[in-house]
Amino acid sequence: MTTGTAETTATEGMTASQAALEAVFDAAVAADERIEPRDWMPDAYRAGLVRQIAQHAHSEIIGMQPEANWITRAPSLRRKAILMAKVQDEAGHGLYLYSAAETLGTSRDELLDKLHSGRQKYSSIFNYPTLTWADVGAIGWLVDGAAITNQVPLCRCSYGPYARAMVRVCKEESFHQRQGYEALLALSRGTEAQHAMAQDAVDRWWWPSLMMFGPPDDESTHSAQAMAWKIKRHSNDELRQRFVDIAAPQAESLGLTLPDPDLKWNEERGHYDFGPIDWDEFWNVLKGNGPCNEQRLSKRRKAHEDGAWVREAAAAYAGKHDGRHGNDNHGRDDAHGRHDEQHTHTHGEAGA
Amino acid sequence: MTARTTTGDAGATTVPAATLALGDDALVLAQRLGEWAGGAPVLEEEVALANIALDLLGQARVLLSLVGDEDELAYLREERAFRNCQLVEQPNGDFAHTIARQLYFSTYQHLLYRRLAAGDSPLAGLAAKAVKEVAYHQDHAEHWTLRLGDGTEESHRRMQAACDALWRYTGELFQPLDGLDLDTEAMERAWLDSVTAVLGRATLTVPPGPRTGAWSAGAGRQGLHTESFGRMLAEMQHLHRSHPGASW
Ligand SMILES: [Fe+2]
Ligand SMILES: [Fe+2]
Repeated sequence: MTTGTAETTATEGMTASQAALEAVFDAAVAADERIEPRDWMPDAYRAGLVRQIAQHAHSEIIGMQPEANWITRAPSLRRKAILMAKVQDEAGHGLYLYSAAETLGTSRDELLDKLHSGRQKYSSIFNYPTLTWADVGAIGWLVDGAAITNQVPLCRCSYGPYARAMVRVCKEESFHQRQGYEALLALSRGTEAQHAMAQDAVDRWWWPSLMMFGPPDDESTHSAQAMAWKIKRHSNDELRQRFVDIAAPQAESLGLTLPDPDLKWNEERGHYDFGPIDWDEFWNVLKGNGPCNEQRLSKRRKAHEDGAWVREAAAAYAGKHDGRHGNDNHGRDDAHGRHDEQHTHTHGEAGA
Repeated sequence: MTARTTTGDAGATTVPAATLALGDDALVLAQRLGEWAGGAPVLEEEVALANIALDLLGQARVLLSLVGDEDELAYLREERAFRNCQLVEQPNGDFAHTIARQLYFSTYQHLLYRRLAAGDSPLAGLAAKAVKEVAYHQDHAEHWTLRLGDGTEESHRRMQAACDALWRYTGELFQPLDGLDLDTEAMERAWLDSVTAVLGRATLTVPPGPRTGAWSAGAGRQGLHTESFGRMLAEMQHLHRSHPGASW
């Protein structure tokens, strides 16, 4: 009895303090204050964030592949420089995001391991191939464009480090979007063959870009709780509509058509109507049956495995020379030296 | 006729013949480094290798534009018309080979640009800007040479193999460059001192072999290249050449 009473008291005490913490957390979220790494947060909030940030980080680094596919073949030196800088930016986004996940107590190695073993996903859009040069433009315009639509609201996400990473990322994504648009415009206004190349790329990338917003609201599993915690601020369908409303008039200015006979301005709704999305394709690609799932993941795994001896060497060297030469920062100082000059340079050229 | 030609070529605006060779060095190495994108051993190196490639590509664009149209020069010349040294066209190999190539080339390029920056050739301005970039490239290569040389047994073995394999392409770097007044012998001594010191600190040995192949001294500068270079150019030029006259 006595013991029982003591236990009950202890449990009640814990519950009470847990409830108090939760109340502080809920109030902060409600007041649009930022949650910081050292603040108390519900386990599910932490887990949900790690899952989302990891998927985002993985998308950045897998997303380098389809575009890197054209670096060596870019048709002018100016385009080559812009593309190299863009792919470099994506690596930088990966770095910011893995760091944001680290503030939640999950290491980059752990997350990479989950990516490589297929336990965590990346955006399905990167499971489509880049077949021509115009795909680079289409990705910049549509895929980076959709990413911005998705990510701008995340700049106000309740978790501080993620929100701050998103501010930097969004700034760069908007350069990418404009550069992609500008590259497509050059093709659209170029020779007949170039115009056809641009149209073909837009035909192939349009629908997968709409799928980037995720399943329709009634089928989306993680949305409601994420909205309550202000990790997410708009529903998938809302964001998708916003994107269509932006892209449809841009396609017209590009002189290209979007492959949807139902796409039409709806005066009453104040939005564009658009045709049905092939969700079978979406689920199919998500399950691993896209054109490049296997290829993307094996290339990533191979880079990681081939690089193992390099990482081991850096660690061994740091161990031997502890505290003498900028030891444990194997390359981190380099990351800080990112190409800001080139940045303004190439970004500044994007006229769109 | 003679008078007009003389006027046209006269004055400080005449670019040295070697401008093309230096532009080709930078372009070809940028192209090779670009092949790493998405495949680097660690995410920080994705950023660093792209950084270096972008610097080099920027240098190439300035240098080639002094000679003519940058895209015509990059995309429409045949293999035998390229004047880059053979070192920069060597395939990436493993990360150790890429680092050894970077060490040898950036040490050379740093010595060269420092001298050009101090001189009064039309390349002085470009060199003054590039010398800061190249100092970073050299620093990056030296740090990795140390980590790989003095890291694990495997990394030591790989780094030594890479240094040995590329050694024969380093003699060519010190052939005189047309139109540039450089003490190439002094540069070569400085280069050897610098590389020897880094290899020593990295517990690596200076390769014992000759610094030129049997017929290759000065070969790249004369338009003689190695077999893999033609394939590299085929990939680089294919799209541009498929659409004659198009702009991008
Ligand atoms: Fe990105
Ligand atoms: Fe991007």
